[in-house]
Amino acid sequence: MTLIFEQLLNGLLYGVMLFLMAAGLTLIFGIMGVINLAHGSLYMVGALAGAWVANATGNFWLGLPAAMAASLLVGLIIEMTVIQRLYDRPHLDQVLATFSLILILNELAVLLIGRQPIFLQLPEALTDPIELLPGLPYPPFRLLIILAGLLVALGLYVLINRTRIGMLVRAGSTHRDMVRALGVNIKGLYTAVFGLGALLAGLAGFMMAPIGAVQIGMGEQILLTTFVVVVIGGVGSVKGAFVAGIALGVIDTSLRAFLPGFLRQIMDGPDADALGLGIASMGIYLLMALVLLIRPKGLFPMKG
Amino acid sequence: MTIHKYALALALTLGTTLASHAQDPVEIGMITTLSGPAGYLGQDIRDGLQLAIDAEGGKLGGVDVELVVEDDARKPANARQIAERFVFDDDIKLVTGIIFSNIAGAVVPDVVDSDAIYISPNAAPSTFAGENCNANYFVTSWQNDSLHEASGIAAKELGYKNAFVLAPNYQAGKDAVTGFKRMFGGEIVGEIYTQLDQTDYSAEMAQIRAAKPDVVFQFHPGGLGIAFLRQYQQAGLLAEIPMVLSEPSSDAVILNALGDAAIGLKTTAHWSPDFDNAASKEMMAAWKKAYPDRPLTYYATQGYDTGLAIASALKQTGGIDDLDAFKDALRKADFQSVRGNFSFGQNQHPVQDWYLLDVVAGEDGKPTTKTVRKLVENYGDVYAKDCKL
Repeated sequence: MTLIFEQLLNGLLYGVMLFLMAAGLTLIFGIMGVINLAHGSLYMVGALAGAWVANATGNFWLGLPAAMAASLLVGLIIEMTVIQRLYDRPHLDQVLATFSLILILNELAVLLIGRQPIFLQLPEALTDPIELLPGLPYPPFRLLIILAGLLVALGLYVLINRTRIGMLVRAGSTHRDMVRALGVNIKGLYTAVFGLGALLAGLAGFMMAPIGAVQIGMGEQILLTTFVVVVIGGVGSVKGAFVAGIALGVIDTSLRAFLPGFLRQIMDGPDADALGLGIASMGIYLLMALVLLIRPKGLFPMKG
Repeated sequence: MTIHKYALALALTLGTTLASHAQDPVEIGMITTLSGPAGYLGQDIRDGLQLAIDAEGGKLGGVDVELVVEDDARKPANARQIAERFVFDDDIKLVTGIIFSNIAGAVVPDVVDSDAIYISPNAAPSTFAGENCNANYFVTSWQNDSLHEASGIAAKELGYKNAFVLAPNYQAGKDAVTGFKRMFGGEIVGEIYTQLDQTDYSAEMAQIRAAKPDVVFQFHPGGLGIAFLRQYQQAGLLAEIPMVLSEPSSDAVILNALGDAAIGLKTTAHWSPDFDNAASKEMMAAWKKAYPDRPLTYYATQGYDTGLAIASALKQTGGIDDLDAFKDALRKADFQSVRGNFSFGQNQHPVQDWYLLDVVAGEDGKPTTKTVRKLVENYGDVYAKDCKL
């Protein structure tokens, strides 16, 4: 029982990470119509900058604002120099341009930091697991990530549904020309949305830094799954990104954790492992195919 | 216009033919992984090999050599393209450098079937070690299984009765698990294949905790290994369930990443910085001078040994115009490896010694490995007997 609970927590954590990445991507895709492959690079920038500052100053928590500031800065520079020119271009141009950004940012990072992964030690207070339930120790930093992710989700909900900026964002995603006709500075709005997405990617990168290895190319690993989340959730919908992110996180983790064991009860060990692993790694893509079959525009399609 | 084009082409062809008749350096083509999360593996092998070349002032075995390096970005398709360019367009006869077994699987057959020699400084999948061995294929590192058989022997000798094994789902991962199980002989209470691009191992951690094994054996090279071990530590398992590792999951960079938490781990290897032989000391001094800020990994030593092996053959032949003579010379393995004992077996894979190591605090406070004892001597691999060379 504790095992299932622990795996659900693990799934929730993965889901929260996916949401943080997907929220920015879906806004950029839905509102500006830009496919931004370089979103993963912003995640890497956040992790690298955060880890570097935290190590240089010896204070883990200083890494957090550094990561977000660095991602925001790089995001804004990218938006103003490259992305702005892509709004009216076909998707293929956007893919080419943002793919080249991945290569450029990766090589810049190699020049600045080198190919060696850099490491970020957790502060003392967070290193030892805490006993969540009897017999269930859990790393406190992971709980913190889950909490932070849920808070960001809440914040985004309020921002988009309860504020003037949010209203413009919603309007801009469905009635772009009307918003522009009403005299709203749509260019500024786009820059702000892109910056917000970059900020969230940086936050996600920093939070993953002490868990995994901070290194060149880490962004591409998470990018593909993030796109699946965006597509399942419905392009442009932050609510969709949240629901799909959490669902994919939990489903992916549960499949990896339980499917081989379950299959082993009905068939031979090695076959069960192979089949279980195969289905587990296909799981989220199968789910995407299924969702698209029933709801071609995703779970929460934008109206208009 | 057309005539001009032909004339130009002719002139170019003649030019290059004439130039190649002059005493050109022997080109060594290196296809390796320099970008992405495993970038440091390729970087270290490249720099290790370059170190051997620089030590001779741009020569190996007295012959001028030139290292041509290309990045495969851990993608088999990229590596194939590079290999085709090396072998067919640039007429390079010596190819080396591949880190990952799935890439080796895509590249090696093409190279060795085109009358070029491939010398592997790392990946050595079981598929090329037995029946499908090839006279043009040499390995200076180890055979994949052997690398992990050493850990199986160690786990057995340390008295563990059952084990939980984990490895990524690709050829080298399968070889690792096969190798460990072959020599361990105990009960396997869990066997999990992870994804090669996985970053979060929490699902696996929970399963390990639930299975309560005597010992965990895991093979995760490069960044994967860093993530795995740190999450193992963060889950509180490091203090609970001991781990026996093989070399790729405990290289110097990974140990640095873990810091103090790594101390006390058991690992098995064919080289350790505390080896007391002249070749190892020489290389360590040269590395420290060239790269004072980078820990010396065993990957770099394998690159270096590959350089020494090529040097030993070039010294006898003076060049690679006669490939058969070069192969015969290389097969003698007439060089002092940084690992001590080294020779080539029937399948041209290494026959060498394997050691049990403890991870201890080094003089600079960073974790390093200390030799405990020799596990096996002059150890080859189980596939060599199937090789008819």
